Amino acid sequence: MSDHSTTQSHGLVHRDDEGSKLGMWLFIFTEILLFGALFLVYSVYRFKNQDAFHAAALNLDTVIGTINTVILIVSSATIAMSISALQQKNKKLAITLMVITLVLAFSFLVNKYFEWGAKFHHGLYPGAEHLISLGSGQNQFFFLYFFMTGLHAFHVIVGMGFIIFVMRQVMRDELTYNNYTRLENAGLYWHLVDLIWIYLFPLFYLIH
Amino acid sequence: MSETVLKAGTADQQYQPSYLEMETKHKGILAWILATDHKRIAQLYFFSMMIMFLIGALIGVLIRIELMAPGRTIMDAQTYNGFFTLHGIIMIFMFVIPGLPAVFGNFVMPIMIGAKDVAFPRVNLLSWYLYVIGGLIVLTSQFVGSGPPDGGWTFYAPYSVKSAANIGMAAMGAFFLGFSSILTGLNFLVTIHRMRAPGMDWFKMPLFVWALYATGWIQILATPVVGITLVLVVFERVFQLGFFDPAFGGDPILYQHLFWIYSHPAVYIMILPAMGAISEIIPTFAQRTIFGYKAIVVSSLLIAFVGYFVWGHHMYTSGMSDTAKWVFSFITFLVAIPSAIKVFNWVATLYKGSIDIQPPLLYAVSFMFTFMIGGFTGLIIGAVAQDIHLHDTTFIVGHFHYIVFGGTGFAFFGALHYWYPKMYGRMYNIKLANIAWGLFFFGFNVLYFPMFVAGYMGMPRRYFDYLPEFYIPNLISTMGSWFLYAGIILMIYNLVKSRKTGAIAPANPWNGVTLEWSIQSPPTYENFDEIPVVKDGPYKFK
Amino acid sequence: MSHDTHEEVHITPYKTYYIILGLLLVLTAITVGVTLIHLGTFSVAVALFVATIKGSLVLLYFMHLKFDNKLFLALVAIVFAVYTAVIAITFIDYLSR
Ligand code: HEM
Ligand SMILES: [Cu+2]
Repeated sequence: MSDHSTTQSHGLVHRDDEGSKLGMWLFIFTEILLFGALFLVYSVYRFKNQDAFHAAALNLDTVIGTINTVILIVSSATIAMSISALQQKNKKLAITLMVITLVLAFSFLVNKYFEWGAKFHHGLYPGAEHLISLGSGQNQFFFLYFFMTGLHAFHVIVGMGFIIFVMRQVMRDELTYNNYTRLENAGLYWHLVDLIWIYLFPLFYLIH
Repeated sequence: MSETVLKAGTADQQYQPSYLEMETKHKGILAWILATDHKRIAQLYFFSMMIMFLIGALIGVLIRIELMAPGRTIMDAQTYNGFFTLHGIIMIFMFVIPGLPAVFGNFVMPIMIGAKDVAFPRVNLLSWYLYVIGGLIVLTSQFVGSGPPDGGWTFYAPYSVKSAANIGMAAMGAFFLGFSSILTGLNFLVTIHRMRAPGMDWFKMPLFVWALYATGWIQILATPVVGITLVLVVFERVFQLGFFDPAFGGDPILYQHLFWIYSHPAVYIMILPAMGAISEIIPTFAQRTIFGYKAIVVSSLLIAFVGYFVWGHHMYTSGMSDTAKWVFSFITFLVAIPSAIKVFNWVATLYKGSIDIQPPLLYAVSFMFTFMIGGFTGLIIGAVAQDIHLHDTTFIVGHFHYIVFGGTGFAFFGALHYWYPKMYGRMYNIKLANIAWGLFFFGFNVLYFPMFVAGYMGMPRRYFDYLPEFYIPNLISTMGSWFLYAGIILMIYNLVKSRKTGAIAPANPWNGVTLEWSIQSPPTYENFDEIPVVKDGPYKFK
Repeated sequence: MSHDTHEEVHITPYKTYYIILGLLLVLTAITVGVTLIHLGTFSVAVALFVATIKGSLVLLYFMHLKFDNKLFLALVAIVFAVYTAVIAITFIDYLSR
């Protein structure tokens, strides 16, 4: 690839796209194991409290859960397409697709906000008397629900930040059709957020 | 000018300003703490780590003084609890885990594969900052809040969740240290995959690089597990969650599973790079090709892989099922095989070599000695029946110090004596270094061997007091710690003094053949004027 | 440098993404649908199975594993294998208590 002037500064003779992608993948592995540990906790407690988990899951709103699932899947597709757009030198379309992704991500968070709000309203939050009265199994379910969806929402926010960051670089032509790895990496991160949700959704919302 | 002329370049090169003297954008201290050069970052790590090590060792000596005689000697029980906790956290998370990768991996690994730096130099600096932040949080936790953390470096729930002491903060510190370790591993993996010089095939890489490669995988795949587990503990303390609290149906044994899913692989984060460094030192001082290069490579990868599945041997007495106990015991015995392969290879390399006894080799050979005692005692406690008797006795303390300190610690100081001339372009006083090693090695064995005896007699660990019948081994042990500390101080005195006044070191003082010896001491900013083209495998001695 | 970046650039056509998106939505409908029928203990298995298909589609197409350097695919496979083994070994304990 061209552009030798900027790369002299530190060691690297070449910009190594494959290398930065590998770095991103390794980072994604750490995220997978981070959530993986939580899924392990989930499986153990679900195994020990099968009935309580079923009963507790009835309190979750399957409709909102499904809507959020669809939102994330569509946003995953749009960010993937924005890479193709940039590769085909269609900067405008690439940016539009990123904006759509961000809007979808934001609406995911809005839904989450109302969903959590409803849980708090119904006394289904850690430490609430009502929840404590439901017994330890249901408590574990809600500890995990809040912790895991909360951590996931945190990743949604980080992913949005990452997309905004690369979007500005695309706008300033710092990322172009022959230099788009950072966009790919932001995309990878966003797909990870989607991937985790793909498992969170059936495990929390669909056990009836 | 005359100083410069005196300094040795390689045979065909003039001496050029080294990474220590180079012109940088920033001046003074900023030129260091904002450096992205891998060798400067190695120095940053080295100094912060030595400070932590000395603090940790001092606390260790204080613990030993308390245990010198039955009853209260110099501190009360709660202080003692805080001390062994801090000692453990410092030594594990701030010395042996970052240990060899962060210091020597950073310094020599890029040079060994013919690269100018690591793949992500700024991430490299970031991981040092995370290390410092984590370290400062742990140290601060001693002085603020509701008293120094107690309960040990293992943060076992439910105690860690219930204790009034400042455990949450220490756990957060450990979280940052883990993050730092992940980034180092990630950086090294990409560097090794992508930045090898032309001709440097996978099987031409020096064994230290291979060891760092295997370690990198453990760092990125295991560390997140303990990271999130510690976050769970913190959340449990701060919000009203109860993941590990039996009152909420939480399962404390699950905490132990999660903790050891990381922390057994973590012992391989500690020991694999140490084995890698030993595999560099031994061929150089035997002037002989390493015996069984591929066997060592494969055993490193096997250790990393199988080591992932043995964590339950820390939990034989915790209430796991009997089936789980024998499964874990079986896999534990398996993982001893690749470690033994390496020892055979080192011994075979020394056999009929032209051995040159220098300080690095002394450390390497004592590594083999102590590591073997650690490994054999590991087999003893790997068997369920014996561990039921020995669990949580000082036998365990003896075992892991022989592995972690006798293994990783000796390898660390061996590596330091080996690469010191490369790092600073100066030679230390060999005689003094030998004496320091002697004190260190003698003190080490006097300190830890009696712990096996006391443990076999039944003395529990983590108590500030003990029954009178354990007096003699404890007294001996405490005296050993003084020799050990004297050895360390002497070693540091020698190295610090030689940094300015030692004889100028040539580019290749030990007649080594890996790439770092082909460039000047200390190396220049980007190591190589021209990226070398590699033809031979490592360890081809003439 | 011995390794060259992007010898041939692969541009995924939009059509591929439409198809995958469609499949993912259908699979989502299926998982939600099966919860309406009572499958007893099988329901977890079905849910995880469908989730894994969805996840694989995301990994292979959205995350380009199918088109990129096969190294990535191999690494992802190893990581999931190790993770699954860890879960299985932990459950040796819980299943036999
Ligand atoms: C290779 C480097 C090794 C290191 C750094 C290491 C480190 C440690 C540490 C720190 C502990 C103490 C845990 C505690 O706080 O209770 C420990 C315990 C143990 N180690 Fe190792 N170890 C190593 C190798 C081995 C080997 C090779 C074996 C067996 C083949 C082994 C078997 C055990 C067992 C069974 C325990 C549990 C003892 C108990 O808690 O009762 N270790 N090890
Ligand atoms: Cu272990």
